Amino acid sequence: MDKTINNKAWFLVLPVFLLVAFSAILPLMTVVNYSMQDTFGNNQFFWNGVGWFKELLDPSTDLGGRFLASLGRNLIFSLAILAIEVPLGIVVALSMPRAGWTVAFCLVVLALPLLIPWNVVGTIWQIFGRPDIGLLGYTLTSMGIDYNYVSNDLDAWFTVIIMDVWHWTSLVALLCYAGLKSIPDAYYQAAQIDGASRWAVFTAIQLPKMHRVLLIAVLLRFMDSFMIYTEPFVVTGGGPGNSTTFISIELVKIALGQFDLGKAAALSLVYNLIILIVCWVFYTIMTNAGAERRPTEGGA
Amino acid sequence: MDSIAWMAWTAPTAIFFAALACTLGVMTALAARYPEAERVGVLRIPTTRGDRLFISLITAAVIHLAWIGLVGTDTIASLPIGEEGFEVSSLWLATAISLASAVAIFRTV
Repeated sequence: MDKTINNKAWFLVLPVFLLVAFSAILPLMTVVNYSMQDTFGNNQFFWNGVGWFKELLDPSTDLGGRFLASLGRNLIFSLAILAIEVPLGIVVALSMPRAGWTVAFCLVVLALPLLIPWNVVGTIWQIFGRPDIGLLGYTLTSMGIDYNYVSNDLDAWFTVIIMDVWHWTSLVALLCYAGLKSIPDAYYQAAQIDGASRWAVFTAIQLPKMHRVLLIAVLLRFMDSFMIYTEPFVVTGGGPGNSTTFISIELVKIALGQFDLGKAAALSLVYNLIILIVCWVFYTIMTNAGAERRPTEGGA
Repeated sequence: MDSIAWMAWTAPTAIFFAALACTLGVMTALAARYPEAERVGVLRIPTTRGDRLFISLITAAVIHLAWIGLVGTDTIASLPIGEEGFEVSSLWLATAISLASAVAIFRTV
């Protein structure tokens, strides 16, 4: 802890920094500039100060209401998929074989959804859920369930969540499987000698050993679901009404639909800040969780 | 200047980014000239000066947004500068709080 860090090696990052300046920093500066002004096109800008931010953070205005509503929907969506994908991923990882040709088979099958592009996933589920030609929609309708993701809010949410679970549970499962594989057999043998139950093995050995990969899985899934755009856009287009309009969809509507660059810039900066804070918190927890455990592991 | 017209620069945002760039430049020079050790503060996480600057900047952004959302930006004073006078927004109080919090963060975190 007392050792000083030689920071000079950071200068080697300068070429990348220059590249990032063009691809990210200059555009971000432009967004900050836009957020302070109003425009009517043709590069004519008018100073508006923090006006857009005031509107954005006031729930009684149109912009503020839309922002808070879509933020709420996004948080509910992220929590819902985390609540499903994390336990499901753990269960899938635990039930996977540990040796033999079935391991490769399971890994390939699990990896398949991860390889499909977002818009294709959206299209698959858009057709899959249709009551007239889609297998899911047709089956549910035949069973007497009134399912229509185009007109019913709950059905739209059900479809979007199930789609995300189908697409990304594999990632959680693969990460957990990697965590499980890293546990030496000695742990299981010790547990067997002690006569530990299956549940005790899970809570005392497997779960603590999966701690780090689970944190990574939660971070990745939270960030990805918080920034989700393509899949719900393709399946529901944000509808019915605004029921599945998440922040990124709202942002695109404001920026490219209404061409309100100032409002969209203010929204995207606040959106960016939220993501930055969450990322930092997760990253700090992750790096420190490892640092705290290292001495005990070394001493054991 | 036409080539960067799309970036829609204004004097206040230019000053803001220049100040930010200066801060980063000074911190980079300091980090290279005087290497430092990580230390654990009130957050119980090891931080360097760079980490503390990052936390300060994020805190400043949150304080300003919270101020805009909860308090507003009413004029609190008018300075006799120029023909129409210069109106001081209450948002400057948020800036003052941010600076104070940055000092606190650099000392305690």
